Amino acid sequence: MSFSTILSAAIDGLGVELVRVEADVSNGLPVFHMVGYLSSEVKEAGERVRTAIRNSGFDYPAKRTIVNLSPATLRKRGASFDLPIAVAIMVSLGQVSPEAAQGCLITGELGLDGRVRKVPGVLPIVMEGKQNGVTRFIVPGENKAEGSLVKGVEVIGAGSLKEVVSILSGEWVPEKREESEITDDWDETLPDFADIRGQENVKRAAEIAVAGGHNLLMIGPPGSGKSMTAKCIAGILPPPDMEESLEITKIYSVLGMLDEKSPLIRKRPFREVHHTATRAALIGGGLVPRPGEISLAHGGVLFLDELPEFRKSVIEVLRQPLEEKSVQISRTYGNYRFPADFMLVAAMNPCPCGCYPDMKKCTCTPAQIHMYLSRISRPFLDRIDLCVEARRVEYRHLADERKGECSAVIRKRVCCAREIQIKRYTGTKMTTNSMLQGKDIQKYCTLGKKEHALMEQAFKVMGLTARAYHRIIKTARTIADLEGEERIRERHLKEALGYRAVDEKFWQR
Amino acid sequence: MKYEYWMACLKGIASSKKMLLRKRVKTAEDLYYIEETELRKFEFLNEKERNTIQQARKHRNLGAEYEEMVRKGIRFIPWFSEKYPKRLKEIPDYPYALYVKGNLPEEETRRAAVIGARRCSPYGEKYAVEFARTLAGLGVEIISGMARGIDGMGHRGALLGGGRTYAVLGCGVDVCYPKEHIGLYVDILEQGGGILSEFPPGTAPLAQHFPARNRIISGLADAVLVMEAGRKSGSLITVDMALEQGRDVYALPGPVNSPLSDGCNRLIRQGAGILLSPEALAEEWGLGGKDVQLRENVSGKKEGKNEKVLETKEKLVYSCLGLYPKGVDQVAAETNLDIKAVMELLVTLELEGYIREISKNQYIIARC
Repeated sequence: MSFSTILSAAIDGLGVELVRVEADVSNGLPVFHMVGYLSSEVKEAGERVRTAIRNSGFDYPAKRTIVNLSPATLRKRGASFDLPIAVAIMVSLGQVSPEAAQGCLITGELGLDGRVRKVPGVLPIVMEGKQNGVTRFIVPGENKAEGSLVKGVEVIGAGSLKEVVSILSGEWVPEKREESEITDDWDETLPDFADIRGQENVKRAAEIAVAGGHNLLMIGPPGSGKSMTAKCIAGILPPPDMEESLEITKIYSVLGMLDEKSPLIRKRPFREVHHTATRAALIGGGLVPRPGEISLAHGGVLFLDELPEFRKSVIEVLRQPLEEKSVQISRTYGNYRFPADFMLVAAMNPCPCGCYPDMKKCTCTPAQIHMYLSRISRPFLDRIDLCVEARRVEYRHLADERKGECSAVIRKRVCCAREIQIKRYTGTKMTTNSMLQGKDIQKYCTLGKKEHALMEQAFKVMGLTARAYHRIIKTARTIADLEGEERIRERHLKEALGYRAVDEKFWQR
Repeated sequence: MKYEYWMACLKGIASSKKMLLRKRVKTAEDLYYIEETELRKFEFLNEKERNTIQQARKHRNLGAEYEEMVRKGIRFIPWFSEKYPKRLKEIPDYPYALYVKGNLPEEETRRAAVIGARRCSPYGEKYAVEFARTLAGLGVEIISGMARGIDGMGHRGALLGGGRTYAVLGCGVDVCYPKEHIGLYVDILEQGGGILSEFPPGTAPLAQHFPARNRIISGLADAVLVMEAGRKSGSLITVDMALEQGRDVYALPGPVNSPLSDGCNRLIRQGAGILLSPEALAEEWGLGGKDVQLRENVSGKKEGKNEKVLETKEKLVYSCLGLYPKGVDQVAAETNLDIKAVMELLVTLELEGYIREISKNQYIIARC
């Protein structure tokens, strides 16, 4: 047998393409040739593979070796083809029986000593393989836990090339993995809302925002605990269901950011981005597009501290993903769509010195305040549903021994509200109130006579825009859900009005 | 006239020297065509100033510039014109010429300048409007500088009171500075007021123009009302000029702990008139007859609005607000109500027009 095929897979963006690794060993000049639109790290695999085979104690005769990775039109990158190439060659050499390797998807990087090293993207590869009818997977030992998240297939972790060969020849049967029960673990290390003194309005706004998946903007002077609050938000997010968990884990898997021991991400991500971030870092990009922070925040929270300090062009690129819940990136190597369904939490000072509107302390000129605020564009603000003011913490709050409500309690309320929403929106694409649009608002947020009168008055007195009006109704819907109330009442609307997003009034002073 | 305009536009020669010069030559045209030797006879001009005149004479396009100004509806009032405001002529160093868009102040009516800092609190803003409105309603003309803050509020108040108001700018009258006051600029002209400046049309708003502008504000007025001024506020320069010019100075007292009112409080200690209410000031000025009627109007309106009785909790929240902004959790702490209820009450009060939100979740009362 001189020709063989082994199944492997390539990561392309966040997607997976199955790849056939073909090897042909024949008599002739001893050359090692690799073809199939390979990047340089894949080409280097030749050296690694030959050395690893020899160092694993196998024979590597001086023969003509051709390796082809198919489909040839797909650009292959990374070191995950080392192991399948090695196995394919060994099948061709007759050291492994072709039947044993058939129907088995192999991925892994090789060291010169024959050790198998971990590779990114094992979870999506196994998922894709399962969909294509593959039932057996050989992955690096370090990635085994990750691959095993997929049920109904056999995922074998291998530590070295030798082990792989013995597994394939049936000499060594890896012990069955114990099914560990996945528990909803409450992370004690997260900051808790109970530790925040005062700031009742900020806490309340955070609760509403999380309950309805609304975007939140906090305005307040330095030292008012805006960042702290944002971190606490991570602790009141409802736990993701299995499907969401896998989706989040998949993204982290491709970027090689998973924990080896417990790879499944059971917490919604909280990503804090520094204001020096570039556009590519935020939405993803690069020569070979990689997901950015907004995709890492998929299903969780993206926190932008010091919002006006971000470059304007960086903030503006968030507009489309905020609307579409995903981001499209086009580069030379192709077009990619990365998921980006996140809740935006932003924080900013009201003016450069942070004290406005306390004119006794504020040292900024009106022009400076105007300049500072105008760094954030109107269309961006239009996508923020809730806005709250954070005040500087006063001594009486610090001295107050009473603890506030703890995150676990708030989280329970949030979960209840989310359940109500999921029940209400079954059969639609929506899951939270923040996704309501146009017609749906009228359908799901009916107002009574009294409520209509109130909104009409607010429209006039507060000079609301149509967009602002809809955002307030959506927020009120969430507040009603938090109370378990079927109808939106006056009090819900009033509270929503209090947390309404900043409008022109402040922005065009 | 175009030669007069040319002469007024000469830069680098003080207006007092220009006036001397203008008295020596018969008309500005003579100066334009003057011989070098003749020019040397004016001993008060130094080398540099002579050069300026020489240079400026090379400027050929006089007619076009003057016509452009007229086309824009800007009037040119040199000091010897009959229309030149008489009260302004009383002051030392009065401007050589004024450029006017709209009208000039009436000679017979009483005028008050409403001035104060650009950086001001809602307290200062509110009373700038109140005083200007009441006085304008009584026929007093309000003068100010159309700057941000108190100045703009003074003009606004005068417009609300249905009176005429005049803005003295530190740039050309065809330049709206600050830009966001374009609405005010238009309204002032529409209501029969005027935009004045001693700087030729097209002049940019440079920092050094403003102290000079301030002397015109106080010079045009009979009394100067300082609404809010910090210890080092530019408004205090205006006050000094007003005193030199023999104008009355009044100041609005403020809280002792507010740096924004520090200047005002100090003025009062130094003997400035104290502004207790617009009505009291009107009475002091003998604007009695109409005044009584107006006061009735104002109070009548207030009572009408207050008819809707506030609920106890709303009263509680309302009573802890003032003219200096307070945040939601501050109100919650002071009233001992929970945050949800406070937010609801604040929005109720805001919708009813009792309070105003001046920055995110920062509230002040809307009227006293």
